[in-house]
Amino acid sequence: MRPFRYERALDESTALAAVAEPGARFLAGGTNLVDLMRLGVESPEVLVDVTRLPFGDVHETVDGGLRIGAGVRNSDLAADDRVRMRYPALARALLSGASGQLRNRATTAGNLLQRTRCPYFQDVTAPCNKREPRSGCSALEGVHANHAIMGWSERCVATHPSDMAVAMAAFDAVVHVVSRDGGRVIPLEDFHRLPGNEPERDTLLEPGELVVAVELPKPTYGTRSTYRKVRERSSFEFALVSVAAVLLIEVGEVAEARIAIGGIAHKPWRAHVAEAALVDKPATEESFRAAAEAELAQARPLRDNAWKVELARETIVQTLLELA
Amino acid sequence: MTVTERERLIGAPVDRIEGRDKVEGKAAYAVEWSVPNPAYAHLATATITRGTIRAVDATAARAVPGVLAVITHEDAPELADGSGELGILQSPRVAYRGQVVGIVVAESSEAAREGAELLRFDYAVEPHDVVLTSDHPTLYRPDTVSPGFETDTVVGDVEAALHAAEVKVDATYSTPAEHNNPMEPHATTAIWEEDALTVIDAIQGAFFARNEIARRFGLDPSRVRVLAHHVGGGFGSKGPPRPQAIAAIMASRHVGRPVRLALTRRQMFALTGYRTPTIQRVQLGARKDGRMTVIAHDVWEQTSTVEEFAEQTSVVTRMMYAAPIRRTTHRLARLDVPTPSWMRAPGECPGMFALESALDELAITCGLDPIELRVRNEPRVDPESGLRFSTRNLVACFREGAERFGWAERDPTPGIRRDGRWLLGTGVASSTYPARKWPSVAYARRLDDGTFLIRIGAIDIGTGARTILAQIAADTLDVPLDRIHIEIGDSDFGRAMLAGGSMGTSSWGSAVVMACRRLLLGQDEALADTEGEQEESASKHAFGAQFVEVAVNMDTGEVRIPRALGVFACGRIMNAKTARSQFIGGMTMGIGMALLEESVMDPHLGGFVNPDLAQYRVPVNADIRDVEAIWVDEVDTAVSPMGAKGIGEIGIVGTAAAVANAVHHATGVRVRDLPIRPDRLLGKLPR
Ligand SMILES: Cc1cc2nc3c(=O)[nH]c(=O)nc-3n(C[C@H](O)[C@H](O)[C@H](O)COP(=O)(O)OP(=O)(O)OC[C@H]3O[C@@H](n4cnc5c(N)ncnc54)[C@H](O)[C@@H]3O)c2cc1C
Ligand code: SF4
Repeated sequence: MRPFRYERALDESTALAAVAEPGARFLAGGTNLVDLMRLGVESPEVLVDVTRLPFGDVHETVDGGLRIGAGVRNSDLAADDRVRMRYPALARALLSGASGQLRNRATTAGNLLQRTRCPYFQDVTAPCNKREPRSGCSALEGVHANHAIMGWSERCVATHPSDMAVAMAAFDAVVHVVSRDGGRVIPLEDFHRLPGNEPERDTLLEPGELVVAVELPKPTYGTRSTYRKVRERSSFEFALVSVAAVLLIEVGEVAEARIAIGGIAHKPWRAHVAEAALVDKPATEESFRAAAEAELAQARPLRDNAWKVELARETIVQTLLELA
Repeated sequence: MTVTERERLIGAPVDRIEGRDKVEGKAAYAVEWSVPNPAYAHLATATITRGTIRAVDATAARAVPGVLAVITHEDAPELADGSGELGILQSPRVAYRGQVVGIVVAESSEAAREGAELLRFDYAVEPHDVVLTSDHPTLYRPDTVSPGFETDTVVGDVEAALHAAEVKVDATYSTPAEHNNPMEPHATTAIWEEDALTVIDAIQGAFFARNEIARRFGLDPSRVRVLAHHVGGGFGSKGPPRPQAIAAIMASRHVGRPVRLALTRRQMFALTGYRTPTIQRVQLGARKDGRMTVIAHDVWEQTSTVEEFAEQTSVVTRMMYAAPIRRTTHRLARLDVPTPSWMRAPGECPGMFALESALDELAITCGLDPIELRVRNEPRVDPESGLRFSTRNLVACFREGAERFGWAERDPTPGIRRDGRWLLGTGVASSTYPARKWPSVAYARRLDDGTFLIRIGAIDIGTGARTILAQIAADTLDVPLDRIHIEIGDSDFGRAMLAGGSMGTSSWGSAVVMACRRLLLGQDEALADTEGEQEESASKHAFGAQFVEVAVNMDTGEVRIPRALGVFACGRIMNAKTARSQFIGGMTMGIGMALLEESVMDPHLGGFVNPDLAQYRVPVNADIRDVEAIWVDEVDTAVSPMGAKGIGEIGIVGTAAAVANAVHHATGVRVRDLPIRPDRLLGKLPR
């Protein structure tokens, strides 16, 4: 392991000043960053610990939404009564992730910003455009049975691994970030990028920007939501495919639908096509299936992952049926 | 529970003697022994799959503060035997990705690791070939298969019998490469002194390791001592010494200090052996009533270019069922891969997946209950040797299991039981594993305070061997357990079987019984050697029956195991607690094999791409819901004086077939390639 300096920031401005140094990185729970340092994928010069910043709690906003501090631990967020009652898909997504020990350390911002689990990204001896721009993508022709089926580019076919972010995407969350130049609010849906020509950039976050909170708007009265994660192992396993769905059904018809899909793209995939196809349709298996198919018509499976298209379709249908 | 009453020791669920030390962190593993002034070593491994090192640049590595030495093929000492996987750094050749190409020794493990990562090699790269196929151009017939069985056997006219059979099954199965993942990585502390070499190793056999190390370094074995008091799992991967032991010894000699070296989990995937992938064609011919007339079991598997390892995959088919006409064959492809090696029940484990899946297919073709099919094909004597079985209670296991599992109510029709979106099914398969022993030496001494000292070069890899041997000694001497002091894990204690082949208890236990009996005859101390003991001539095997219930999600293809039951006939069970752990541990590993475990080879890069426990999946607690193991009464004194056979491996044998058979029962889909991943079921499931 390479030597690095460790600094603990107690307020935003020292954190932002400290991270302005070359090679500086924020450190939250460390469950992803430290692993990647061990693998040699990340080698920061300075770690700026942000876990003492005053953004460790969840509170209600004036509009009746929920503002989740960037430092809130995944386990605390999953246990929060307001989350469990109003955003059950989020509580479920959180609880389906990693393990109890990891959730106790993992934070909201760290979870959003965790890197892909593409095996080549983690192996410094393999070419990988995300780790080393323009070195090539080992997965494109290599082992990619569990890689992206939507929105990938020739440069990168990786998926985003987070469960939490998928649920947040379905709740129309926004991300509050600050930098030395001020602050901005980024819709979570846009926060994560598609790989395009710059797979090294996972998100729109600029160097030196600090995530301070994720805000969830007030859910429409009467909506129901859930999260379904498909995986080979019953626990302690990333999703093959996951679906977060938020549905409002009025007299048998879909009045509102928000669906996000995990495990199929470089970002939590908001299924706008499916959503549009659902609105004003009867809440039946037929319309759910038609909507799923409409969404997945855009899928471009790789050589070995066409099965994920079917898996995504069936998972969407079953998740919606659960809410109907 | 601590048992002190005399009669109840053998068979009683006695707690592990060292259990408390382990829980409290006091039990020292290979790199945890306190040694004076240790240095630390880390391995540098090849980042190409085949080629030659043209040049080494150690400038950056040596510049890391704390680095004491860098050793590569340019300056490594020449080994007396530099062949095979243990012949590290003897030439600039690279035969597989992840092979050892350098050792960096430093004042701290961090500095050593940093140095190893900065060690640069310039390679002349050659094209490689790492993918096994059944028509691979390098396929050849090995002289024997591990550990010395005939490669091929043919009895009768197989093709004619297959042609003439009333009912036939002809199917090809495959199993992927799989890796042992013991909790303790392979690790060594080496202490090279002028006149002696001490090696504290994560090893399953101290005596064998001592001889091998002495041979490799050209030393007299009496100058070498191997110690292994606690070993954190092995499953076969710690059977022979692995390259890290050789590297640690080289490093210790080089820096003149004790050296600690532990592999990383990622390095283990190249350097500690793995189960070869297999492709297996099974052809069965039978009469309409299910009685088999012919079995052919042809196997294709891989070895490396470094040394040969030939898994004995179809050997089990030679003795398992009563078909009069039989063929078994093994062919190996020589690939640019690490050398496969032992993984729990080598041979039987992959072989029985194919054979027991094929039997299920035959049962369905004949319209017979799969248990009844096995009963009808039960041989009276070992079909291969013609010898009687010392004990063979396969049918008793099935009867007992059927009763407990509720098999009688089973409707054989596939794909008709549902619980919500889950399809339910049940399946069975046979288990078997040879019951052998190997000559071992034990020492026993009566101490002044009325207690006894027992020494034997056994190794406890977490199985409870230490405890069982104490129980055996106590029972033989007719004293309570607390009067026995047992010492193991030291090559100075003499020749002893390694903890492998399910032979530990029978081999070591026999020697302990022999030594203790001499004390009973009045000696104060005794050194007993079971070498040359008369062995009763019989075919000796343990048997078992595996029952599994599966639930398959009809939308997603996820497979879960609500229930598994193993019933075993393994001679007298020495310790009910540690035995149950071995059985259900084996079954759990079998469930992993069925559904999860798979070392994925990248054909372009040439290495395993999932070398950590997040990506190489083994079952977690949530996957293992209701797994139980029981045993039928059996005492087999032909195998050992205690009446015990081995139990370490049989639990994994047949489990994967039982799962695959249950998946077929649940869904009507026959999955012949492991693991049974969702993508192998999607699109085929009834709804
Ligand atoms: C074995 C294993 C299994 C897992 N399984 C799952 C799973 O099933 N599902 C799942 O969703 N996740 C899973 N995870 C991932 C886990 O959720 C993430 O590691 C965790 O959420 C990261 O949070 P952290 O606080 O530890 O982040 P860190 O590791 O501390 O940081 C991650 C990244 O975020 C940056 N960062 C942190 N805070 C801020 C901030 N406030 N502003 C800007 N940047 C910041 C860091 O610089 C770093 O780049 C698993 C992880 C492991 C190790
Ligand atoms: S898919 Fe992306 S992360 Fe994976 S190897 Fe290609 S570029 Fe790297």
